[in-house]
Amino acid sequence: MNGTGGPDVKRRTFLAASAAIPLVDLACKSQKVEFTFDGDLIGPSVDLGHAARDGDLPAPSSFEPIDVVIVGGGIAGLSAAWRLKGAGFEDFTLLELESGVGGTARSGRNGVSAYPLAAHYVVAPTRETVPMIRLLEEAGVIEGYDAKDEPIFGEEHLVRSPEERIFAVGQWWEGLYLHAGESPEDIRQYKAFFDEVDRWVLWRDAKGHRAFAVPRSKGSDDAEVRALDTMSFKDWLDARGLDSKRLRWLMDYACRDDYGARPETTSAWAGIYYFAARKSHPKEETRPVLTWPEGNGFLVNHLYERCKEQVRTGIAVTRITTENGKVKVLAWDAVQRCALGFAAKRVIFAGSMIMAGRVIPELARARGRAFFQEFLPSSWIVSNLTLRERPKEHFFSMAWDNVIRDGKGLGYVVDTHQSLRDHGPTVWTFYHALAGADIRSDWERLYSVSWRDCVRFILDDLRIAHPDLESCISRIDVMRWAHAMIRPRPHFMWSDVLEKARVPFQNIHFAHSDLSGFALFEEAQDHGLRAAEEVLQEFRKTFATWR
Amino acid sequence: MDDLEVLDTRSSQPLKASLLFISVFIIAACGLVYELVAGTLASYLLGDSVMQFSTVIGVYLSAMGLGSYLSKHIHKGLARRFVDLELAVALVGGFSAPILFLSFARTHAFRPSLYGIVVAIGVLVGLEIPLLMRILRHQVRFKDLIAQVLTLDYIGALAASLLFPLLLMPKLGLVRTSLAFGMLNAIVGLWSTYLLQSQIGPTFGLRLRSAVVLVFLAAGVIGANRFTLAAEEEIFTDEIVYAKDSPYQRIVLTRGRGSFQLFLNGNLQFSSADEYRYHEALVHPAFAVKPHAQRVLVCGGGDGLAVREILKHPEVKEVVLVDLDPLVTELATKMPLLRELNGGSLLDPRVKVINADAMVWIAERKGEPPFDIAIVDFPDPNTYAVGKLFTTRFYKLLKRQLAPDGVASIQCTSPLMARKSFWCIDATVEAAGFQARPYHLAVPSFSVWGFVLASPAPFDIPRHTLPNLRHLSDESMASMFVFPKDMDRVPVEVNRLDNQVLVHLYAEEWNRWS
Ligand SMILES: Cc1cc2nc3c(=O)[nH]c(=O)nc-3n(C[C@H](O)[C@H](O)[C@H](O)COP(=O)(O)OP(=O)(O)OC[C@H]3O[C@@H](n4cnc5c(N)ncnc54)[C@H](O)[C@@H]3O)c2cc1C
Repeated sequence: MNGTGGPDVKRRTFLAASAAIPLVDLACKSQKVEFTFDGDLIGPSVDLGHAARDGDLPAPSSFEPIDVVIVGGGIAGLSAAWRLKGAGFEDFTLLELESGVGGTARSGRNGVSAYPLAAHYVVAPTRETVPMIRLLEEAGVIEGYDAKDEPIFGEEHLVRSPEERIFAVGQWWEGLYLHAGESPEDIRQYKAFFDEVDRWVLWRDAKGHRAFAVPRSKGSDDAEVRALDTMSFKDWLDARGLDSKRLRWLMDYACRDDYGARPETTSAWAGIYYFAARKSHPKEETRPVLTWPEGNGFLVNHLYERCKEQVRTGIAVTRITTENGKVKVLAWDAVQRCALGFAAKRVIFAGSMIMAGRVIPELARARGRAFFQEFLPSSWIVSNLTLRERPKEHFFSMAWDNVIRDGKGLGYVVDTHQSLRDHGPTVWTFYHALAGADIRSDWERLYSVSWRDCVRFILDDLRIAHPDLESCISRIDVMRWAHAMIRPRPHFMWSDVLEKARVPFQNIHFAHSDLSGFALFEEAQDHGLRAAEEVLQEFRKTFATWR
Repeated sequence: MDDLEVLDTRSSQPLKASLLFISVFIIAACGLVYELVAGTLASYLLGDSVMQFSTVIGVYLSAMGLGSYLSKHIHKGLARRFVDLELAVALVGGFSAPILFLSFARTHAFRPSLYGIVVAIGVLVGLEIPLLMRILRHQVRFKDLIAQVLTLDYIGALAASLLFPLLLMPKLGLVRTSLAFGMLNAIVGLWSTYLLQSQIGPTFGLRLRSAVVLVFLAAGVIGANRFTLAAEEEIFTDEIVYAKDSPYQRIVLTRGRGSFQLFLNGNLQFSSADEYRYHEALVHPAFAVKPHAQRVLVCGGGDGLAVREILKHPEVKEVVLVDLDPLVTELATKMPLLRELNGGSLLDPRVKVINADAMVWIAERKGEPPFDIAIVDFPDPNTYAVGKLFTTRFYKLLKRQLAPDGVASIQCTSPLMARKSFWCIDATVEAAGFQARPYHLAVPSFSVWGFVLASPAPFDIPRHTLPNLRHLSDESMASMFVFPKDMDRVPVEVNRLDNQVLVHLYAEEWNRWS
């Protein structure tokens, strides 16, 4: 399926937008350098997105009656469709504004390899994460179950060893945390932190729930757990005297990598979630990781195959209103250049909360501005570098995830790692979270950078570890993700706002990772399933829950 | 403390600080080059580059730390000490490569000399920057001093790390690189006697010493050619007839005492004196299980020697050989020495040569007829990129390319030298759904060598082989399948793509012997 992919996302020039705002760390003021390679600056379709927002489009000639409309084909929307299909429910359509489904889990492909455009892995689930087990079994990733009834994953889907390496003091080292050269105090603090994590791994509330579960809805809502949300992760670490530079680097990296935030702007609840939710028992280092050359595009493709008759892409939903119990969905078909209308009994809104506030006027009025301003997502730059050959290296061999400790970005993933290619051409995916405290200025920054600015930024980072990289590059495509990932701020993870956002509004049900307060595949899936099951219940279908 | 030092009275005559900063750049580059030389040499000579580089760098960095610490014990005559220090670095660093080559070839103390030299260079290099900063501290404001010295230090290191793989290694080679950078250190020493004249006092003795050191090193550079070959030959014990770096490995052919040898990355692949034992044992037992085999796959084995044995079976119609390195298969077809040994096997019309990563190739081969026999002859698993070829995943992919009653024969390193590694491969083959029958034989130029015979279908230990082989006979075949106590099965973990335990086991076990 090419429909999920970057190649048909057209090049956009956003430069004209806004008088260039100075870029503190993205732009270098140096002279114009001509690169020997080409590439595109791509991004989600803003003009369609804007059409959805501004909505002074012609009215549709008629309203097609339908049971359910799903708005948005990210993981949440696709999971809702997957669930409806699973219940034999067919009278629905899924409308996605991009030319392919997947949202932030979309992927692309070129002559060298498939590659992710954003989300690139999921943590291998235990039996407890029921919907993931179902999905992975369906997709052929689970081969069987062991004596303890835990899943056995196909070797080709588990990340191939070596998994991670880090570039520091002039060379690559195995793993993400640099143990070489630790002081006794570093060692003590590292242990102290992970002992605390293990305490949370073992913690159970009165009902026997884990403190941190995947998805979070299966975890505990005990006061002790919720109390963690009242402070930032930084304050939490400070309060425990955990100030080892190395440990702090790891914590900062974890926050940027998973949440696009810093320890200062991350809820302590989310900071610990990152570590504790991924361990099933203290002895386990961390859960293994499942990944594919196309990243989570692999799972997107599977879900899409399940419901492709219902999926319509290139269609922006511009307005949703309710009239006499019917939900009227107005949409704009960018290809046919015509307006569409649906009269649905129920709608599953699987776009972001910001988008919900824009296209559902009654919701915007009912909840008020301040409500939507709580859902602040951070921006990301994801770049795919196509290399005609690999740079020369001497030290620890290339891993799947390659992190440069003193870089500004998060490092790069080798997309050919899972396809076992250790020589010759490859594609790398470079990640950078704009994790500034002021999210709005990050958005503005993102929209005023040029391809050249981004490429310079990326190369400056990668050159630390690969001085001769430039001569190996044949192409660099840069994907700008504004509003990419909700930020798990303190006081937000257990807020009334978040709770209220999950409640249906006038026959509109909500499903998006935003509703968890942080973006992970399992969260998006959980909300998709919940919304779909809410709808099934409304239609009085009998079903056993998949959650 | 340092801040107080800035308050010291300035010396009467300002130094040429900016010129001294150039020295920082040069000595930084030299320091990194010695480290890279030692790391490269160790991985050439001992194999397992991950291990060698990590330990060399670890030792070097900590020795630098020690040097920096020791610098506080130098109180007087900083400038003179600095010149002496440069000359010492010049000698130890400059001669490091030749000394290490010699110690590998002539002594049994390569590791002690390697780490001894790495520590010595590390300590000396660690002293350099602190001394120089203290010399300069009266000339430059402290914050500028730190900024400039550290900047140049890093840039120097960057320059060296770029030059080393791109220019120095290919153009100069290890020995001349280390000698040439020794000369640079000596020149910095000599030059400093001019720049720091005001602080040094009498300079004649220092300059004379610098000149002597320079002459020594220059003589080394001139003699390096003869020396390198002599040293490499000492290592390989025989005359080198061919040496070349392909994008994948260093290929060396040596000749002497009536035979010749092929080395990949310093690891012996075969000696013409006894390779027949190895290749007969690799190929014919599989045919003994499946005598009428027609389609044969060879993974690795670009030297064409296994194919030579395969073609002794007249019913074979097609042989597909998949080897990563085009340079190896080209040598096997073009170099007379090799072509004679393999009997021009790769030129036989039944043989098709494919240069590809065997794992990627078998993963992508679909819808084509299965092979009756697969001969799996990869190098030993000393890197992750080779280690993947010994995983359950590889064997499962291989099984898909085999007929239901097909047979694979797999080279599995030495059950004597690397017992756990050997049994790890055996367990891995079984875990992939094969019936596995391990066997072994002595190949004098290697050691006792091990193989696994594997088939998706049950099979008995083969009894009959071709007549007229040089080593293998019906009697000797049976004995290969009996394991003496010191090589017998040990319990081990299965090698999977997501754990690659074998690479670690292998490095551990073989390191004991080198
Ligand atoms: C750079 C990056 C890396 C990430 N890496 C990982 C990872 O490795 N693992 C992981 O688990 N998670 C990762 N995530 C998080 C990932 O985004 C979530 O796991 C999940 O994919 C979110 O899915 P969603 O359906 O909630 O939202 P989205 O992906 O935002 O999907 C929403 C969809 O709705 C569509 N839409 C919105 N408005 C409209 C409209 N008006 N009309 C029609 N369609 C509309 C959008 O186009 C989009 O396709 C990453 C995120 C980013 C940004």
